[in-house]
Amino acid sequence: MTEIKKNILIVDDDPDSLALMTMHVERFGFNAITADSQKAGEAILEKQKPDLAILDLMMEKEDSGFILAYRLKQKYPDVPVIIATAVTKETGMVFGINYEEERKWIKADLYLEKNIRPDQLQREINRLLKL
Amino acid sequence: MIPLKVLAVDDEFGIRKGISRILNNFNVDFPFLEEAFNYEIIEVETGESALEILNSEKIDIVLLDNQLPGIHGTEVLQQINERGYDCAVMMITSYASLELAVEATNKGAFNFVPKPFTPQELRDAIESITKHLYLKRMTRKMNEEGRETRFQFLSVLSHELKSPINAVEGYLRIMQDKQLGENIDDYQTMLGRSLERLKGMRGLIFDLLDFTRIESGKKKRNLQKIDIIKIAKTSLESIEPAALQKNTEFICNLPEELEMTGDSGEFEIIFNNLLSNAVKYNVNNGKVFFVISNNSGKIRISVKDTGIGMSADETAALFKDFVRIKNEKTKNITGSGLGLSIMKKIVEMYGGTIHVLSEPEKGTEFIVDFP
Repeated sequence: MTEIKKNILIVDDDPDSLALMTMHVERFGFNAITADSQKAGEAILEKQKPDLAILDLMMEKEDSGFILAYRLKQKYPDVPVIIATAVTKETGMVFGINYEEERKWIKADLYLEKNIRPDQLQREINRLLKL
Repeated sequence: MIPLKVLAVDDEFGIRKGISRILNNFNVDFPFLEEAFNYEIIEVETGESALEILNSEKIDIVLLDNQLPGIHGTEVLQQINERGYDCAVMMITSYASLELAVEATNKGAFNFVPKPFTPQELRDAIESITKHLYLKRMTRKMNEEGRETRFQFLSVLSHELKSPINAVEGYLRIMQDKQLGENIDDYQTMLGRSLERLKGMRGLIFDLLDFTRIESGKKKRNLQKIDIIKIAKTSLESIEPAALQKNTEFICNLPEELEMTGDSGEFEIIFNNLLSNAVKYNVNNGKVFFVISNNSGKIRISVKDTGIGMSADETAALFKDFVRIKNEKTKNITGSGLGLSIMKKIVEMYGGTIHVLSEPEKGTEFIVDFP
């Protein structure tokens, strides 16, 4: 019996990050849909509803990931969103939870550091997809 | 005198009057400040009326009893935090239980004074809360001024430095786990990409060093008579390999020699930036027009390409630190995003200016003028 694979949308403007994330996600048994910019991500969302989305934060704009997350949640409120970023706590800058203003409209289910271990990533994806 | 407004919230008349009496003729001064603080007391009996006052005027310090007839002090405290009033709260209560103290400080109260208190205890507490308030406001003010640019710079820098590390680390992990099997040849793409990312990072670090040296004014400048044409020609040679790959044609109109007082290293940076951008953002088989002219001492350098060009918005953002125009056409072009900021800073050290003329799909012209 073949199971239909879940679709995971990955949006990242760093080609290596995108390639790595895609490799991991496919190895976990999901189908990866990729886009290399906020704009390309929006175009995909127009046509398709993914089962989960992993979005890079800084792309064309510094907060591209947030904007994309916002649009995605508007359209598909039930799709879990992971924001992945290379900018982390150690720099004293935690995006998304710094300002009340941002907390109001940013609706990510999870923030991840880019260098997350693949097994952790898999665990988080499975948890969000309730697998 | 710098007046601070103190809101005394207590249902006991005696306590309110006591606070007013103690603080009315009280001043706090700090050695680092020329002016002293004094206090203007507003008295209210309930938490509800406290919130009303807070809503209508700017209060600096709130002295808050917890056991109030209506809503409790801790609820007022919570409201203060939620609404983001810029004031410091001190709890005063006869029910000085540890639990309440912890709850109040968790909710953002600055400190806690049990009643009954002596005049000196209240004055000490007010002195420390004043210092806290002053420092908090000063810090915020300084942060607001510097934050915008600093934050932008640091967050983007950290992003630019960490992205390649993450990529290389990711590839290495896959190799370590031998996810593609035992054959090293299957990892060639990953190895190539890793090396490419490290190269980019090295470039960024060099640019960053130039940038910070210029920024901090610590760059040693060796100003002397230099022939900028000689430097321009060296720069042309160094760009040749890249130009060959894209089959870029250079059309140069340079004087035999042109003497200026300057630092040769700085002019190298200027020419390298202008010429490498003209190649990088050009189309294949494109042209670069490179002109240096001397109009009675006014020197102009113009580099014009037949490349992808930029929109007006993109042109406007061009000289900001770390700004790289990211779009479909530029996604395979690497750069630190610092080159043009560095160049602009250098040109400005000579009292010069940079202008950009650009049109999408047509090309871009950079014009550097020296007075």
